[in-house]
Amino acid sequence: MIRFILRRLLSGVILIFVISVVAFSLLYIGSGDIARRILGQNATQEIVDRKAAELGLNRPLYEQYWDWLTSAVQGDFGRSWFSGQLVAQGVSSRLAVTLSIVIGATLIAAIISVVIGVLAATRRGWIDRGLQFTSVLGFAIPGFLIALGLVLVFSINLKWFKATGYIPITTSFSGWMSSVTLPVIALAIGTIAAVAQQVRGSVIDALERDYVRTLRSRGLGMGRVVAKHVLRNAGGPALAVLAVQFVGLLGGAVIIEQIFALPGLGQLAVQATVQSDIPIVMGLVIVTASIVVIVNLLIDLAQAALNPKVRLS
Amino acid sequence: MTEQAITTAPVKAPAVRGSLFRRLLRNPSGLLAMAFLALVGIVAIVGGAVAPQDPNLASLQAILAPPGADHVLGADSAGRDVFSRLLTATQVSVAAALLCLLVALVIGVIAGLIAGYFGGWFDGVSSWFTGLIMALPGIVVLLAARSVLGPSVWYSMAIFGIILSPAYFRLVYASVTAVRNELYVDAARVSGLSNVRIIGRHILSVVRAPVIIQSAIVAGIAIAIQSGLEFLGLGDTSVPTWGAMLNDGFTNIYKAPILMLWPSLAIGLTCMALVLLANAMRDELERASGPKRRSRKAAVVEVDDRPAVVQHVDDTAASTREGDLLLSVRDLVVGYDKPDGSITKVVRGVSLDIRRGEVHGLIGESGSGKTQTAFSILGLLPAGGRVVSGSIDFDGTNLAGLGNKGYRGIRGARIAYIPQEPMSNLDSAFTIGSQLVEPMRLNLKISNKEATDRALALLDRVGIPNPKRTFDAYPHEISGGMAQRVLIAGAVSCDPELLIADEPTTALDVTVQAEVLDLVRDLQEERHMGLLLVTHNFGVVADLCDRVSVMQSGLIVETGPVRSIFQHAEHPYTQSLLDAILEDGPARGPLKAGEKELA
Repeated sequence: MIRFILRRLLSGVILIFVISVVAFSLLYIGSGDIARRILGQNATQEIVDRKAAELGLNRPLYEQYWDWLTSAVQGDFGRSWFSGQLVAQGVSSRLAVTLSIVIGATLIAAIISVVIGVLAATRRGWIDRGLQFTSVLGFAIPGFLIALGLVLVFSINLKWFKATGYIPITTSFSGWMSSVTLPVIALAIGTIAAVAQQVRGSVIDALERDYVRTLRSRGLGMGRVVAKHVLRNAGGPALAVLAVQFVGLLGGAVIIEQIFALPGLGQLAVQATVQSDIPIVMGLVIVTASIVVIVNLLIDLAQAALNPKVRLS
Repeated sequence: MTEQAITTAPVKAPAVRGSLFRRLLRNPSGLLAMAFLALVGIVAIVGGAVAPQDPNLASLQAILAPPGADHVLGADSAGRDVFSRLLTATQVSVAAALLCLLVALVIGVIAGLIAGYFGGWFDGVSSWFTGLIMALPGIVVLLAARSVLGPSVWYSMAIFGIILSPAYFRLVYASVTAVRNELYVDAARVSGLSNVRIIGRHILSVVRAPVIIQSAIVAGIAIAIQSGLEFLGLGDTSVPTWGAMLNDGFTNIYKAPILMLWPSLAIGLTCMALVLLANAMRDELERASGPKRRSRKAAVVEVDDRPAVVQHVDDTAASTREGDLLLSVRDLVVGYDKPDGSITKVVRGVSLDIRRGEVHGLIGESGSGKTQTAFSILGLLPAGGRVVSGSIDFDGTNLAGLGNKGYRGIRGARIAYIPQEPMSNLDSAFTIGSQLVEPMRLNLKISNKEATDRALALLDRVGIPNPKRTFDAYPHEISGGMAQRVLIAGAVSCDPELLIADEPTTALDVTVQAEVLDLVRDLQEERHMGLLLVTHNFGVVADLCDRVSVMQSGLIVETGPVRSIFQHAEHPYTQSLLDAILEDGPARGPLKAGEKELA
């Protein structure tokens, strides 16, 4: 088990390393004359050159990357070119916002999809047809349209929730709930559609397995067999879909944060993109990839807990 | 949504009978989706030309003007005509989506063909690249690209095409690896066709349909993400797009929320039409390929001939070991409901009796209805199957048509079941011990400790060398023969009166078959259980059974004591079954001696 975790961790670290190399090269080569960009068209060439030297931009790319890497592993991702703020500080102050809505959406989606998926698989009938229909809608309609609809109905017309802004959980729990409810719902709907569909499929699969009949022949009730055996066996494929969905949720959060004016990573990303603030963009790429790697590792561990065969591989 | 497309399982593409397009025209949601997409296509081509006003013409007088004579759909926050912008924007949005689609298609299909057909290092590199792409949300990559490349729709969509290319890569790769080693591809290779021609002729035809379906989904995703980027205000402001219009509406959500309606409808309906079209295509393809799996139901021709059962009289050998009547099945009919309301009958009037301590063989070829008979006694018919008529009297209780509640206290406790295939009948996610303990705690109402002790004793009894280790093991850690012993232990764990064994040795290695049969026989005698032994092997019947019933096409054709049937079988079907075992192998003495190699 320890070896399993270590191997997954190592492959995650390699993945992040490769992403950092690719992203760094593309961003720094693609940006062209960075010092000029920072200082604007009116700056004299002399000042531009001095700025470039100050930022180390006149050195070979691999040296610049090595500098970046050695400080990055110590938690220093450089400073914003425009505000001068430490990238690590900017990112970490916004991480909580993004993680609250993304993790919230993941958990809620997981619970609701299991309930709906199991009901659709075992009861069939109208629940099943309803799931089929809504999952097509949930899959087809972009999350930001759903978010806009929610804002229009619940914030502007019904005034149940604040339309914009974020209240930290440390300030007020109810305020935090009210500020993240709509974003979480908007994010979760698409995921629920996809994961519930997968849960339904794998529960139907698992129900047809021979061991289900054998367990029932031993006198176990259907509810017990589903809750204990079928669900555990169906959990693997559902978790795999959830892992993939999580990456989508992180991406979706960028737009959702903009709609609800939440000061999260997405908002930072959009700002940095518009300004071409490469150190921040670089930091965001690494943080996002790290979150994905960590979540995938957690989901792998959950898989191993569910299925003893995984532990051996 | 991005990531969904990448993981979508490849659709198996069967040979499509008739044109897919014509079939779609008859499919209501397919027709609707295609009609809407055709409309979008026409607007995309001619929209810019027929727009009543310049889409970028701003007018201070018309700022946020409501719909009216001048502006059919009103004007936006800069006083630009919404209708004209909508028409022009369609062109850009559709063209951007097409660019993305094209890039993804070309990269994904070509890489998939090469990796799937030739394999080698390219295979490894592409798979690794796919993993890399999926580790970052698409929009984060697009934002990073935009920060160096600027607000060009075309750059963004080309890059997004690369991000989406795994959606095609995986699909084509899976299809190609499946087809590569098919015989007809081998034949083409042997007959000297070049790789290019084989790919063109045989492989592209296989991946064509799934690629078309995937394209509809990818196009939807491209439109969604492109609108998303524009909505974030990261696009080129001089070019009207659906996303930019939506952004303008959102900025004025308090003053003129109606502005959000038109671009929302355009984006939402287009995405929906594309997904519906993909679903309709998939449905039509699946329908064309026919039902994928045949269930284990017997293919019985519905004829109402019930020939008389050949009934042999009891002899002394059979009646010495019998007690009072335990199970009495009368005129059992089992059927499956078909969609058209009719019933396919797989058991057509079976009667049989089992006494305490009797071993009753139920023999017949596959599809004769013997397993269905066994399942109906257990009340565990597969979905759609039910007891249509007849009675199953088990020690005074009629089990026919009894629900799950009615079986409480009977199934597992008084009637137990030994399945055919040992491995698939154990749940691989739980230890063997827990699968033995759970039913005992439930049926016998004993503590975990007691049940564990009992389970260990049972494992020892069924001949497992190290009961503790097997108790703690997972099913995949033991052999098939051991697994079958575990299942037998499980079946007898709650001291049942009737044991139903469905071909308990068929899936086992020849060397362990005889041992397992001996074990079943010993346990049956030791506990004086009635045993219904379903088999297709007369050798097993001769070895174990007191009485035997021969089944053919859902009916019992001959029944009686084993010795009597072996000596003078009357029904031609019974005779042919007997001939089948007597044909192979050298002459043998008493039946008992020769059975082990047969069993």
